[in-house]
Amino acid sequence: MVAGRRALDNRAGEAFASSPTVESVTPPRYRGAAMAEPLVIAEHLSKQFGDLVAVDDIDFQVRRGEVFGFLGPNGAGKSSTMRMIGAVSPVGGGNLTVLGMDPATEGPRIRARLGVVPQDNNLDEELTVYENLLIYGRYFGLPKKVINERIDELLRFTQLDERRKSRVEPLSGGMKRRLTIARGLINTPELLILDEPTTGLDPQARHLLWDRLYRLKQEGVTLIITTHYMDEAEQLCDRLVIMDKGKIVAEGSPRDLIGQHSSREVLELRFPVGTQEEHAANLHGMASRTEVLPDRVLLYTEDADEAADLMHARGIVPESTVSRRSTLEDVFLHLTGRTLVE
Amino acid sequence: MMTLAFPARVLEANARVYRRTFRGSVVSTFLNPVLFLLAMGVGLGKLVDAGSGEASLTIPYLTFLAPGLLAATAMTTAAGDSAFPVMAGIKWRKTYDAVLATPLGVRDLVGGHLGWIAIRLVFVTLVYSGVMAAFGATTVVEGLVSVLPAVLTGLAFAALVTAYTSRIKDEQWLSNLFRFGITPLFLFSGTFFPITQLPGWIQPVAYATPLWHGVSLCRGLALGVEFGVNPWISVGYLAALVVLGSVLSTRFLTKRLVK
Repeated sequence: MVAGRRALDNRAGEAFASSPTVESVTPPRYRGAAMAEPLVIAEHLSKQFGDLVAVDDIDFQVRRGEVFGFLGPNGAGKSSTMRMIGAVSPVGGGNLTVLGMDPATEGPRIRARLGVVPQDNNLDEELTVYENLLIYGRYFGLPKKVINERIDELLRFTQLDERRKSRVEPLSGGMKRRLTIARGLINTPELLILDEPTTGLDPQARHLLWDRLYRLKQEGVTLIITTHYMDEAEQLCDRLVIMDKGKIVAEGSPRDLIGQHSSREVLELRFPVGTQEEHAANLHGMASRTEVLPDRVLLYTEDADEAADLMHARGIVPESTVSRRSTLEDVFLHLTGRTLVE
Repeated sequence: MMTLAFPARVLEANARVYRRTFRGSVVSTFLNPVLFLLAMGVGLGKLVDAGSGEASLTIPYLTFLAPGLLAATAMTTAAGDSAFPVMAGIKWRKTYDAVLATPLGVRDLVGGHLGWIAIRLVFVTLVYSGVMAAFGATTVVEGLVSVLPAVLTGLAFAALVTAYTSRIKDEQWLSNLFRFGITPLFLFSGTFFPITQLPGWIQPVAYATPLWHGVSLCRGLALGVEFGVNPWISVGYLAALVVLGSVLSTRFLTKRLVK
């Protein structure tokens, strides 16, 4: 099924002495995924909880081999969508096909081929690392011998081999997260679903996790990720959808989305409290678009330095000036009129 | 075969978890009957038998007490295993969510849980019956005979308490279950004295409690004394509660976990 759990073994043997840096996680290129077969097809997918419409008529396809992201603030409907794909939560409306099957009638068969990394780690904290994996493998009906071989590989892969006999409870947040990922891989799934994989982790733990997820992608595992971190989506996702209030508001690769919905660069200006609006009016015409936030004014422009020169020429002096490239956060801001930090 | 293989995986997981925590529980499994039979049966029993007790019971108090206590112990064991661990699975550790992400479903979860409790109950009641015999309360055979109805009693409570735990939102209600449910049942279901001793108006309530039927079965089968009611009624009643509790547990857990 999944190409090379053996290769995974080799990789795990690679030295990983230095702590991973941003540079070690090359943003994956969007290569040929358009040709690959879709593993998940959603058409007019919806989900209601009482009066609340959590997922509102969305369409998307996840293709084999890609990393597909759901980006959005808390409450956007990401987790509800995940739970439907995971064949745990019944589809509320529309059609959903996962691995060519209908979750309503073939839930167990779908779940047998999925890996799930939920938002809560839901590990059995009284048990050891090894026992957690063993029990989970048994839930899939795998023979103990097979499970033991996989545990060896997975513990090396997630750098937990020295914690094999430790109880889970005292482990760090990053270790528990990696253990949950190892658990999700125990059945060598074709599709791994991760719900906010790095929420609550420190930067180093996040980078290590990103690195491992990127390696999984290289192994040919299809990944679906939800996140409310723009940098995570940019780092990991080949394609993503931006969700807001249950709807998909944009879809594409991170680069495409930025190209379509934002300028190349952004000039961030900070003015004294209460004078943002007033200054923003004076900035008129200097950028293709101006966004006034509670704490900053953003100028969307092709060349931020040029815009800064223009501004200085007009005699406008902000408290601070930052010029940077556009990010997904700018796309989100443009599409929904608010920032993603929630 | 699939239908049985799936819950068996949950049962196996429960057994593995238990292996990790069994030391404390093994001690209490042995210690509880020893303490209870010493205090109630031997200590209190001496007084009872010196008074009018033995005459009206027609048997020594220790002998009268032991099989009833066996049923009551099955009840508390089953209730305990279906309260806090189930709440942990649903809410505290959410390990049930992890199970439901695998091919297993809610039915397998309930089936495996109750199956594991049945095994636990067999073990606990066997030990208990051994202690009973060691105290001379019953013969070995009498003790063994009461194991089966005790396990059935325990299972009825396991199923009902699992349903209860699956329904409640706040763990406060778990302590209330023991405070207002299990403990009164333990004391007033004919375990320590015949319920004919209770005021007349409350006797029908006692007859309706599952534990009273369990006690009646255990005592009648072990000691050959008269059953409180036709034993088949008791067996049917307890079996019906097992089914009812299982159905409700599945329904409540589905509502709770499969949103």
